[in-house]
Amino acid sequence: MVFNNWRIRRVGQAVFTVWAVLTLSFALVRLMPGNPMGAMLVQLEQSGMNPARARELVEARLSVRPDQPIPIAYMNYLTSTLQGDLGQSIASGEPVANEIAQALPWTLFVMSWSLCITFVLGVVIGALMAYWEGGRLDVGLTSWAILMGSIPFYVLAFLLLIFLSYRFGWFPTGGKYVAGTEPGFNLPFISGVMYHAILPVLSMLVASGVASLGMRGNSIRVLGSDYLRVARLRGLSDLTISSQYVARNAMLPMYTTLLINIGEMFGGSVVLEQVFQYKGLGYYLYRAVNIRDYPRMMGGFMVITIAVVIALFIADMTYSMIDPRAGGASNESY
Amino acid sequence: MTDRDHKETLTDALDGTISTDGGTATPFETVSQVEESRADRFWTAYDTYVRAPLSIVWGDWRARIGFAIVLCYLLMGTVGTVVIEPTAPAEGPALIQPFETMDYPLGTDDMGRDLFSQVVHSTQEMLKMITAGALFSVTLGTLVGAVAGYKGGWIDTVLSSITDVFINIPGFPLVMVLVAIFEMGENPYMIGILLSVASWSGLARAIRSQVLTLRQESFVESARTMGLPTHVIVSKEIVPPLLPYIVINLTNAARRVIFEAAALYYLGILPFEKLNWGVTLQLAYEAEAHARPQALHWFLVPMAAITGISIGLILLGQSLDRVFNPRVRARHEKTTADEDTLEATTH
Repeated sequence: MVFNNWRIRRVGQAVFTVWAVLTLSFALVRLMPGNPMGAMLVQLEQSGMNPARARELVEARLSVRPDQPIPIAYMNYLTSTLQGDLGQSIASGEPVANEIAQALPWTLFVMSWSLCITFVLGVVIGALMAYWEGGRLDVGLTSWAILMGSIPFYVLAFLLLIFLSYRFGWFPTGGKYVAGTEPGFNLPFISGVMYHAILPVLSMLVASGVASLGMRGNSIRVLGSDYLRVARLRGLSDLTISSQYVARNAMLPMYTTLLINIGEMFGGSVVLEQVFQYKGLGYYLYRAVNIRDYPRMMGGFMVITIAVVIALFIADMTYSMIDPRAGGASNESY
Repeated sequence: MTDRDHKETLTDALDGTISTDGGTATPFETVSQVEESRADRFWTAYDTYVRAPLSIVWGDWRARIGFAIVLCYLLMGTVGTVVIEPTAPAEGPALIQPFETMDYPLGTDDMGRDLFSQVVHSTQEMLKMITAGALFSVTLGTLVGAVAGYKGGWIDTVLSSITDVFINIPGFPLVMVLVAIFEMGENPYMIGILLSVASWSGLARAIRSQVLTLRQESFVESARTMGLPTHVIVSKEIVPPLLPYIVINLTNAARRVIFEAAALYYLGILPFEKLNWGVTLQLAYEAEAHARPQALHWFLVPMAAITGISIGLILLGQSLDRVFNPRVRARHEKTTADEDTLEATTH
């Protein structure tokens, strides 16, 4: 019962977050001093357009009508956004939703690979360090993990780009796929896509350093607990103990790390894709902010946020399957 | 009332002052056996809060390195800006390699600006951002997490919902959008706080879940039974046991502020007048320094500056963990050493 309640609450929370993000972006567009709507109006009127035409254009582009009272404009904004209308880009005049739909899969592709590999690397390295705690391997790997944790991912990205792409020419210096291949389900295209994604994915692996330190701490704590001794006395095999007892219990707290990583990686995609000129959603958002293309900027921000909300929701749901204790905390009021 | 209790109250009533265990004093009249002067108290405090932590920090190699690195940056930000002259375009020849001449120890960029001077003069602004951002996110995170976890009920529901919204919003894009709309000034404190506008939420959630177990402890329960007001319980009973965790998070928050600030300057989203690590990166990128072998150091110098302070902060954070560990502490405190030896002899 608690389990079901918790799931329903979690769905409610996700919906609430999406609503909060939409409201926030409406407030930013319409209400804040120096808001995009006002800025756009001024921009257009200064370029010699008559005010009525400028208002029409702003309405078309931002899906916010300047002359409507705020509550009505807010309702219209919510409904049009929920219907997938994110306005039109100032620079290209294209619907923002279409542009984003083309950019998003690339970012999801790179991010999901980075997340998976980071998580697996963190768990494996952390477990190795814990198993040989205090040994030479532990000291070496710990130093490595600290170094990884100290390097911002974009610094690693630059180093990889400078040396592997520009110096040695092993990898492409930018782009998403080999020019001239036909996008679709064919081998040259897919291998080209993989090839171009290697360096961005590698750069994001710095997060595995901190993750492995967390895993190391958890495993050491589990290794010292009484139920492990009991398991050994029962004569369970080492493999069963290490996989069923140690790994499972040590990995549970890692989920929090994973959740935080999701947000940070999606946020980081802005810088990452700029460095590699990898034209996904992050690059799109970066360009939009740089040229102050407000519809693109708000649309990109909303989509990237909603992507994180969905990713976190999926992660939370699977977590509750692994750990039956999830969500049962006391909420008694003091 | 049992029979025995009854008898005791009877004897008490009969001979007035003498209690049943043979003693003459009630607990309320007991006087402390040990006298403690103000000087003693001062020394205890000094020992607990200054000497022991320093001694622990000094005993750990990671801490020594971390401490030295952070101190280096602090010196660069304070003394360094006075000692080392700010650089200007065409100060020296373009693209001198590092360690070539002692005039430009880290080389120059393509406009002949001294890179070492650039690094030193960016430090102060960065340190201001770090301080403001880290303090802001840790204070807010602790406050929200502790109150939500302790109070429970609808206050918890409201605060947790807000926290969850901020956890779900990726911080970097939010900051980008805010910077683009608000046209930030150059006040480093404001930038630091803006960079932390979403990052307090992770700490708030972690603190809340720890407070949820803490609130059932007996010392918290007794404080509540005594009728202490909530703000006293939260500040005197709930937060102190969590201090180690909070302090370690301070170093993490500081690291994140540096990473994000440098990234925003690199992307050219934050306005700037003076050079700093991120701006240097941006200029190097725009000059295609990554494609030119002779300009490589232009990239490496700011990257090393960012990575260096980050290594320092990580090492410091890891060793602070030990400072707050009671077992490690006891070994370093002189005033608690008596109990330690006592324990050793009895076992």
